[in-house]
Amino acid sequence: MSVPSRENLVLLSGNEAVARGAFEAGVKVASAYPGTPSTEILENFANYEGVYAEWAPNEKVAVEVAIGASMAGVRALSTMKHVGVNVAADPIFTVSYTGVRGGLVIVAADDPEMHSSQNEQDSRHYAVAAKIPMLEPSDSAEALAFTRLAFELSERFDTPFFLRSTTRIAHAKGAVKLGLPVVPPVVPGIVRDPAKWVMLPMNAKRRHVLVEERTQALVEYAETSGINRVEPGSRELGIVTGGVAYQYVKDAFPEASVLKLGMAWPLPEKLIRDFASTVDRLVVVEELDPHIEQHVKALGLEAQGKDLIPICGELDPKIVREGITGVKTALRAPETVPGRPPNLCPGCPHRGLFFVLNKLKAVVSGDIGCYTLAALPPLNGMDLCVCMGASIGAAHGIEKALGKEAHGKVVAVIGDSTFLHSGITGLIDIVYNRGNSTVIILDNHITAMTGAQENPSTGKTLQGEKTHEIDFVALCRAIGVEHVYPVNPHDMAATEEVLRREIAREAPSVVITQAPCVLLPDHRRRVKHVYEVLPDLCVGCKACSKLGCPAIEWVPFTPEDAALAGKKPTQQGMTRINPLMCDGCNQCPPLCKFKAIVGKKS
Amino acid sequence: MTSGNIFLAGVGGQGTLLASELLSEAFLHSGYDVKKSDVHGMAQRGGAVTTHIRFGARVYSPLIEAGTADLLIAFEKMEALRFVHFLAPGGVVVANTQEIQPPSVLRGIEPYPADVEARLRAAAGRVYLVDALSAALALKEVRAVNVALVGAASHFLPLPAEAYEDALRLRLPPKILDVNLAAFRAGRELPASQGGTA
Ligand code: SF4
Ligand code: SF4
Repeated sequence: MSVPSRENLVLLSGNEAVARGAFEAGVKVASAYPGTPSTEILENFANYEGVYAEWAPNEKVAVEVAIGASMAGVRALSTMKHVGVNVAADPIFTVSYTGVRGGLVIVAADDPEMHSSQNEQDSRHYAVAAKIPMLEPSDSAEALAFTRLAFELSERFDTPFFLRSTTRIAHAKGAVKLGLPVVPPVVPGIVRDPAKWVMLPMNAKRRHVLVEERTQALVEYAETSGINRVEPGSRELGIVTGGVAYQYVKDAFPEASVLKLGMAWPLPEKLIRDFASTVDRLVVVEELDPHIEQHVKALGLEAQGKDLIPICGELDPKIVREGITGVKTALRAPETVPGRPPNLCPGCPHRGLFFVLNKLKAVVSGDIGCYTLAALPPLNGMDLCVCMGASIGAAHGIEKALGKEAHGKVVAVIGDSTFLHSGITGLIDIVYNRGNSTVIILDNHITAMTGAQENPSTGKTLQGEKTHEIDFVALCRAIGVEHVYPVNPHDMAATEEVLRREIAREAPSVVITQAPCVLLPDHRRRVKHVYEVLPDLCVGCKACSKLGCPAIEWVPFTPEDAALAGKKPTQQGMTRINPLMCDGCNQCPPLCKFKAIVGKKS
Repeated sequence: MTSGNIFLAGVGGQGTLLASELLSEAFLHSGYDVKKSDVHGMAQRGGAVTTHIRFGARVYSPLIEAGTADLLIAFEKMEALRFVHFLAPGGVVVANTQEIQPPSVLRGIEPYPADVEARLRAAAGRVYLVDALSAALALKEVRAVNVALVGAASHFLPLPAEAYEDALRLRLPPKILDVNLAAFRAGRELPASQGGTA
């Protein structure tokens, strides 16, 4: 959390503000699975005193924990990224029917522009489909205020609430005034009420009626409460908007009339009609799907929206201005320079594994994590990647589809955290259905992609306490995999030998690559060898460059340079290891036939 | 300057995030409304990283529009060029001379552009190339490059040096505060040697 300054005015990210809002609302239990851009909510919330916060193995479990806490009369929070909502959808659709006791808020953090996601889905559809009301803040200050409000409303209307955020809300920082924590009105404790909490068909039928009545009550709230507000301006242009798009509208059209929707669902019919009647031209500005636009048009109102504003990607003031005015501003074209995509870190243990898989020409069914970056050149290490946990099922599918033709070629790769999130069921499927795929668990002992979160295999909880550490070898054996082999991925020769053998095996097998993520503090603090290229020995063959390690740089030569350096005139350059970057993983020395790469104690 | 846009560009792992925090806090504590936006996720992994900072009496959009940045601070030389179109006419570039090869250059597929400086000067009127890496290495703290750059850039912003130093004191644990204060001050000397200050 940021350091408080004068008058409790601090600079908070949307995620920090949601965490603060939950704390101020008296939330006692929070459960989540990390996922960009939502991760920092729980990390920050966990720092407050007197709260319980945990990483669950996946989003479905996280929501189930929050439901239990709510039933026990405690305010509860569950956070996830948009694709996590898909995983949690099963309990979400039914908790809509049970309602709550303690306030229950589910944060869905969307990622327009897919800064770090595999799709661009719009979570507002879940609010409509699950009949769960949704608030949508437009900056950090509202993120705090709306979080507090969502808990109050959750209890008042007996419903879980969604809070929708997007990357630009979650990770942008803005000034926020801190408030004081409240004591929630609900008294913790078990209150038995099976007609409300046990969703047998006969109970669920009655609850569905209540859900529909609740929605009507929420529409009334949306019409009158001020959560949706009109900012009067010129008659010429009226804009309906919400979320971060509101900010872009205010910059692009300071003169326009604006209907700012703080509640993304249900929408206020009368308010929208009244607003529309005060303006000559009605435009809906929203990121991603035409959710508001469709509703506005369903009211029979004439409005523009996605015909002017793109459906793909993030907006900004320029896109909004140009979309609505139709006038493009001429700008200097961007300079062309070499691209700079993200890359596996120097010393990353995954690099060794993917180098070997590349050499073996394996068909790789990949998963979501840092190692997805191995799909980029030079490793080109992935042929398929769909969603968390999908690698294993997909590999099994390829083998079943092609039979002998695929055998001995296909592997699934999956991280430690992802395996526990939703990969384990895929492995059970392979064993149960007599597959013979090879599954590689990349155990770097942390949930690395989202910034190093603990998980059930790391031996530590979110709050840093020691806990049971899952033993992957024993776990895989218990599922019924007879062939389980841990390897050190930095030792590429040994890894290659084991993989060759296991990929050929006519039985399910699991290879576990065990080496810590280089971003872990203990790993960083160790005494390490740093490697260097001896310039006299390097012939510039680039064999080492094929690893793609960011520390291995290329120094091009002209023929004159080559002559001066005593090299063959045909040599076009040589490599150099950047000592500030090398992590001493020892993967590159064996690649150099000329023994030009040597290590020394740093 | 009562309002303005600062664009920060760097490479994952260079500490652009801390630099942007320092700048934003300095403005907030000096009475401005501030918004700052960056994207995490891939930030640790060597990709291009950008941060938008906007300050003023009231700030709406957390994003800077292309062509409207008053100051572009680049932590890596080529990244200055990649984002120079964000600069407003008359805007200032403060760029670190440090070069970090992107993957295609590492593998010798394309060269690191040799004419970065000339193209920067052609694209922007006021360009200060500063060697913040050497300044940090002289202090034996390579991670202080980012704070040295904040020092160099601070000349072109309306706050006094104390505002940034206070932000450093608020932000950093005592263990690393002194070396970062020294890096800030060393950085502040850098533009002068490049032919002048604001
Ligand atoms: S260090 Fe060895 S492998 Fe790398 S380019 Fe030089 S000779 Fe080839
Ligand atoms: S030892 Fe080689 S591969 Fe490993 S980090 Fe150093 S330069 Fe990169």
